[in-house]
Amino acid sequence: MTIVFKALARRILNAFRDLAPIIVVIAFFQIVVLQQPFPNLADTLVGLVCVVLGLALFIHGLESGLFPLGEAIAQAFAKKSSVVALLSFAFCLGFGTTVAEPALMAVATEAASVVAQSGHIADNENVRASYAFSLRIVVALSVGTAVVIGVFRILKGWPIHVMIISGYAIVTCLTFLAPREIIGIAYDSGGVTTSTITVPLLTALGVGLASSIRGRNPMVDGFGLIAFASITPMIFVLVYGMVS
Amino acid sequence: MSLLLDLANSLGSTLRDVVPIVVILVVFQVLVLRQRLPRLKQIITGFVLVVLGLSLFLVGLNDALFPIGETMAAQLTSSSGATNVDQVRWMDYMMVYAFAAAIGFATAVAEPALIAVSMKAQTASGGTIDAWGLRIAVAFGAAIGVSLGCFRIVTGTPLQWYIMGIYIVVMILTIFSNRTIMPLAYDSGGVTTSTVTVPVVAALGLGLASNVPGRSPLVDGFGLIAFTCAFPIMTVLGYSLIVSRLGKKKNDQPGLEE
Repeated sequence: MTIVFKALARRILNAFRDLAPIIVVIAFFQIVVLQQPFPNLADTLVGLVCVVLGLALFIHGLESGLFPLGEAIAQAFAKKSSVVALLSFAFCLGFGTTVAEPALMAVATEAASVVAQSGHIADNENVRASYAFSLRIVVALSVGTAVVIGVFRILKGWPIHVMIISGYAIVTCLTFLAPREIIGIAYDSGGVTTSTITVPLLTALGVGLASSIRGRNPMVDGFGLIAFASITPMIFVLVYGMVS
Repeated sequence: MSLLLDLANSLGSTLRDVVPIVVILVVFQVLVLRQRLPRLKQIITGFVLVVLGLSLFLVGLNDALFPIGETMAAQLTSSSGATNVDQVRWMDYMMVYAFAAAIGFATAVAEPALIAVSMKAQTASGGTIDAWGLRIAVAFGAAIGVSLGCFRIVTGTPLQWYIMGIYIVVMILTIFSNRTIMPLAYDSGGVTTSTVTVPVVAALGLGLASNVPGRSPLVDGFGLIAFTCAFPIMTVLGYSLIVSRLGKKKNDQPGLEE
């Protein structure tokens, strides 16, 4: 019992350390720069307790659940050694976790109003909604593709920098060809696609695959899935902007 | 009472996020893999803890930190006194750049996805990569990114030139970098922009673009997330270069300890 309690106390202490910078920054700007008292101090403190506890629980669950899960799946697929099954799993995971991502929905809705304002699509509710929806599908497809490419790279052991820099080159070329309004949206879409639950799962999957395949190194080959998932959305959205 | 209601709401939206993952996992487990996962009970408990923890975390952020952060972003960005485009001078926004750097750093340190990846990096590298050092390197990148992104919104300079400049620097750093750090460095960009960072940074960009005369939130508000995503790649590559150089120097000094 004391061991559990000690472990929990350590996690809460770590969570507090992780959140200390945010608390210091906000308190400093509120008190020293803006010189204002905190509105609803009691609510803020309760909220902070929630944040610290929540982070401690999340990290604990990560180590006992999400990481072992990712590794177990990676090992199971490696044992099964069916490339098609692994790649279709990779695509589903990328597509499925992205299509309903709240941050992406927000960006897609905003993007639809930008494009409507610039006159590229008609400015009414239905047209905007369908534009936002197809944008979401495009980004989800791009993340699915990214995870497939990333997993395939792990299997083959291809060098990541060549692929990432080619990705940059494609983004650069497309930027010159795409309409101006879509550029900012495209660049931002790369960052919003990977959520807090997807990232640890993909990382554990990648590292697990690299550790169970002979000749692969977990550091050199295991990481990089997220990197692909932040480049392909840019490429897909820029192309979408040119086509539609 | 309202806290419990918020928690229920947050739990609902986190569960909605998790459902596609669980469905995909179960389908592949039943149809394709068809073998018992080891430690299944522990994994399920862990999964439940992740969902609970994340919901609690989000409730706290929404109740305590995001409202203050948003008001703060709005107040700081509206205080320059410029009323038309000609009066906008980028120096008048020094406090905004300072706030952007500080909040970029702080949100990156608190980002759960980054904590996860750095924990994994430490174990996968057998301890040669220090989780805390990696997170600090990423946080410095986020600080520079958000700050420079704010400068770009104030000056209204084209986003693509900055991004291409960043790409060129990343390519140059890549040439000198060790192969073991590259995948992790490229990952760190997408990892940084997640639950904590995106809402705060988006609010900052939106506030800045609507308060600086001559900028429109719809056209100039985008791009801040891209900056926050790109700079950690540079700082992680740079950090590893510095660490390996220092390590080499130590080895190059013979005979001191003998």
